[in-house]
Amino acid sequence: MTDQKPFVDIRNAQKSYGSLEVLKDISLQVQRGQIVAIIGPSGSGKSTLLRAINDLDPLTGGEVWLEDMQINRKLPHRQYEAHINQVRQDIGMVFQHFNLFPHLSVRGNITLAPRLLKHLSEAEANALAEEQLEKVGMLDRIDYFPSRLSGGQKQRVAIARALAMKPKVMLFDEATSALDPELVDEVNQVMKKLAEEHMTMIIVTHEMGFAESVCDRVLFMDQGVVVEEGPPEVIFRDPQNERTRNFLRKHLEGSNR
Amino acid sequence: MGLDFTVVPKFMDVILLGALWTIAITIAAATLSFFGGIMFAVIALYAPLPVRLPFRFFAWLFMGTPLLLQLFLIYFGLVQIGIDLPAFVAGVIGLGLHFAVYNSELIQASILAVDKGQTEAARTLGLSRMQALRKVVIPQAVRDVVPPIGNNMIALLKDSALVSVIGVSELTLSAQLAIGRTYRPFEFYVVAAVFYYIINLCMEAGLRRIERRTQASR
Repeated sequence: MTDQKPFVDIRNAQKSYGSLEVLKDISLQVQRGQIVAIIGPSGSGKSTLLRAINDLDPLTGGEVWLEDMQINRKLPHRQYEAHINQVRQDIGMVFQHFNLFPHLSVRGNITLAPRLLKHLSEAEANALAEEQLEKVGMLDRIDYFPSRLSGGQKQRVAIARALAMKPKVMLFDEATSALDPELVDEVNQVMKKLAEEHMTMIIVTHEMGFAESVCDRVLFMDQGVVVEEGPPEVIFRDPQNERTRNFLRKHLEGSNR
Repeated sequence: MGLDFTVVPKFMDVILLGALWTIAITIAAATLSFFGGIMFAVIALYAPLPVRLPFRFFAWLFMGTPLLLQLFLIYFGLVQIGIDLPAFVAGVIGLGLHFAVYNSELIQASILAVDKGQTEAARTLGLSRMQALRKVVIPQAVRDVVPPIGNNMIALLKDSALVSVIGVSELTLSAQLAIGRTYRPFEFYVVAAVFYYIINLCMEAGLRRIERRTQASR
């Protein structure tokens, strides 16, 4: 990589539930505009690592930095809440199960946070919603309720909702895992578009093909450690580690069945 | 002495006025019990222990003692410590708080049943815990709890007859007034019952409409 300062910097992340260690001293540097995929078997700690970045699952040790700001710094409770709410505005997150707000229309889902936190007027918020929905190809569904959308459409709206906060980095937590196979592509297309716009992205995924075609770097995690990392052509074509090879082989067999 | 409903029309204005008071007290107490129920639910679930414990005690007091006694306490008892409430206000507060406690139990369960991914999504966007609760969790919890709260509100309408004992001239007391003049209890209690039934039907129709509206977003 370059000697440039990392944009997202995870230093010696540790996480344990009681005696169970989920993350064992993991470090990860992501440059601005870089796209990093995290792959690995379930229970390897990849989602936990991702969720540590915006402090949904707080670390028990180590530091997370975004630019010059430590995200998980020690502060008294109230100050910490104010700090983390501010930081989270800069970190978009997309979930496996979409988590759209079912009581709000697509428009309401997207405008809620900008109106509440950035104090946009109704007109400004609407313009913002239209702009983001246009980007994900969902403008014609602006007044639908989530219950009337397909999984792929829901996820595209969820991405638009995250983008409406103008985040500096986007986290994707198995964004396509809950989708029917034929709906995966429409979400992948949106993510590719973001990649072309040089959005910094950290992606937990089971889509090896997607990871290979879009990402700059791939991390293979297993049992709370990064087993191997490198450019996708190395990780997928010529993995050095036995565990990586086993995982990829099993995964390929699984997906061809 | 047989039944004679011909005396009823002469007292219809009294009965109608009583029915209006019953509607007014029901609407006021229902509103208090709804918003009070949400507030109590949030306190019961999220307030720090020093607030939560005395609150649990009051909730127990309201659920564990007769509504009639509570009305007496609020109307006649509070005067002794310098709080002299008009009968209507005392009635609304008594009924409203009593049912707020019941509504709060329903809303608590409903809040806990909202998927935790909802809170996560809201917090991830930068909403505070309170904002997430107010804008995302509570609206969904309330939507889910409209039908059982509706049942509570119908119970509230019927229990509003109790405020006649502290002198609010609602439907039941108005009927008694007419009976005092005519010595025709059967006729006037039946008339009052018919009015309760009509108000009840209107309430159920209203609730069904609210339910349909809230279910539309599913």
